[in-house]
Amino acid sequence: MSNKERHWEKTKGLMMLTLAIWFIFSIVIFMFGESLNNGSFLGYPLAYYMCAQGSIVIFVVLIFWFANRQEKIDEEFGFAERGEDE
Amino acid sequence: MAEKFINKKDFISNLPKIYGTYTGGFLIFIILMAIAEQAGMDAKTIGIMFVAFTVAIYALIGWISRTVQVDAYYVAGRQVPTVFNGMATAADWMSGASFVAMAGGIYFGGYTYMAFLVGWTGGYVLVSSLMAPYLRKFGCYTVPDFIGTRYGGNAARFMAVVVLTLASFTYVTAQINATGTIASRALGIPFELGVWVGLVSILLCSMLGGMRAVTWTQVAQYIVLIIAYLIPVFWISNKNGFGFFPHFMLADEVARLNDLEATFGLVKNAAADIKAAGVPGGLKSISVPHSDVPAGGMAAWKFISLAICMMVGTASLPHILMRYFTTPSVKAARKSVAWSLFFIALLYTSAPMLATLSKISLLDPNLPTGLIGKPIAEIMQIEWVNAWINVKQAFIADFNGDGILQLNEWFMRGDVVVLATPEVAGLPYVISGLVAAGGMAAAMSTADGLILAIANALSHDIYYKIVDPKADVRKRLLVARALLIVIGAAGAYIASMRITSILGAVAWAFDFAMSGLFFPLVLGIWWKRATRAGAVAGMIAGLGSGTAYLIYVGPKFMAQTPWLGIDHLRFGIIGAVVCLVVMVVVSLMTEEPDSATQKMVDEVRIPSGKTILGKAH
Repeated sequence: MSNKERHWEKTKGLMMLTLAIWFIFSIVIFMFGESLNNGSFLGYPLAYYMCAQGSIVIFVVLIFWFANRQEKIDEEFGFAERGEDE
Repeated sequence: MAEKFINKKDFISNLPKIYGTYTGGFLIFIILMAIAEQAGMDAKTIGIMFVAFTVAIYALIGWISRTVQVDAYYVAGRQVPTVFNGMATAADWMSGASFVAMAGGIYFGGYTYMAFLVGWTGGYVLVSSLMAPYLRKFGCYTVPDFIGTRYGGNAARFMAVVVLTLASFTYVTAQINATGTIASRALGIPFELGVWVGLVSILLCSMLGGMRAVTWTQVAQYIVLIIAYLIPVFWISNKNGFGFFPHFMLADEVARLNDLEATFGLVKNAAADIKAAGVPGGLKSISVPHSDVPAGGMAAWKFISLAICMMVGTASLPHILMRYFTTPSVKAARKSVAWSLFFIALLYTSAPMLATLSKISLLDPNLPTGLIGKPIAEIMQIEWVNAWINVKQAFIADFNGDGILQLNEWFMRGDVVVLATPEVAGLPYVISGLVAAGGMAAAMSTADGLILAIANALSHDIYYKIVDPKADVRKRLLVARALLIVIGAAGAYIASMRITSILGAVAWAFDFAMSGLFFPLVLGIWWKRATRAGAVAGMIAGLGSGTAYLIYVGPKFMAQTPWLGIDHLRFGIIGAVVCLVVMVVVSLMTEEPDSATQKMVDEVRIPSGKTILGKAH
């Protein structure tokens, strides 16, 4: 496998993992909203908390994490941009 | 002079200083207004000062950012730093509706409505992992520019422009409508005139400098809108002793609301009763629980399906995607998505808190601001109640005739939650003026992004790429600006006719975009086998089936029973699935893309190296 192909395999893997986490916190947990609400966080009912704050905060962290991981992958295979950035 | 200044590296490295000074200046302006209020300046003048002062600043930024260069006009010269692009995207994203109506939506809709919160934030995960970095590497000016180059041919480009225009135009009239409402209220002019004042303000920000001007005004608008949203939330929470940091400390209030709902009873008024009592249109009473999850699988599916539509729609909306064309690198585009969502989250996580604060203030009989359970005659003496009833934004219907206000007898418009809560909580008027300026900033920034997305697609993709590929720079930018005025005027004209209600919900914009654009964009990057015929067929079938389904279930159209609970807010699910199936089938039936196209896709997938399309194309 060429360098490019291996880079793309790893990139795809990261994408799948990111979307799996996204899927859990945007869709799966809300399938069980009713029972989830019996739990609590910071005193809020849990399902209410997850859509008011919890999932949103997780999305923010997830995207920062994803961006860092992808940068590492690009560097590993020598495809990171040089020079101009930020 | 300004042209030179803004292109310099100095300008970019000085940005924190420039916007720091701007923020400080704005805070000083708020303090000056507060002092003026104490000195006896009347409420109306304060409102005018707030709106006029902020709009004048945006216009000034728009004028300083004017340009005669194509890449500055279309993609802000690709030099917008990650954090600032994040702020600009957040302002681009959060519309007048997010600012004014979201807390009200949660106030009336409770948990069910919060599917919008999940949808309008979760979509950014898709933007960052599937779209933004690759589109940035491509180096396109517009979203149809990517479709047109990846798949080749004018048909694909043209279809992408059709979807973009339909989705963005659905959205933009609502925004111009919002600027008109706020301008008319703050300046004390008729709504029809307010719409045109709003349009002129919007065009001042975008016409001379295109994307560059819109970027720098959007950053300024974000700062105003977030200050205007957060100050009242923190102030009210602290003033009433609900908690120093409301986001972490309102659990007791949420629990208390649950108890109060049980005490008062949640009654859904019959439509006939509402009509007989003469409740003005658009006003609602509380009839669903604040934090309880409605029972049953169908309710869960409705929540999830709405969230899916909003998420996939977010990742397909061109005015958002094009913001990531302006970053200096692919890496910066990825980071910038994260910052965008961070800045959006500051407001979105505050909206449920504002809804909670507002609801407890009105419902709790133990609080001086509580209304429910008090004699109606007494309530009618309250100044703010009177003021909002007079403008038909609130209403009392004594259904059981006992002279006491019940929960189901208090009606108000959702917008009132944001607009009136400072007044209800007894904050000084300067805060209401600030909120008006924030709402104006939110509506203007989104309208600017949308009008620019449409005008750029028409001028670059239709005029330059299809009609007249030999046009020189001067002519291209002239056409781009003329289109900006025409599209803005069309939006303002429709808004001023007050027929926006028939144009449907903001959610439709998301459904249109996901029906026609999501899979052509994603598969263009992630599936080399996707062909031109597949993409064109997918866009036509997706948009066509989605629109047909909308007409079938739309309450104002054929109003048929939705299939599996997929109603007119969720028609994008039908459109996107059809688009995917058709695109895959047709792609597999046609010959695979030539090696040049496959090589192009390979190049898009790695961050290093030159962009596919040249710096100026």
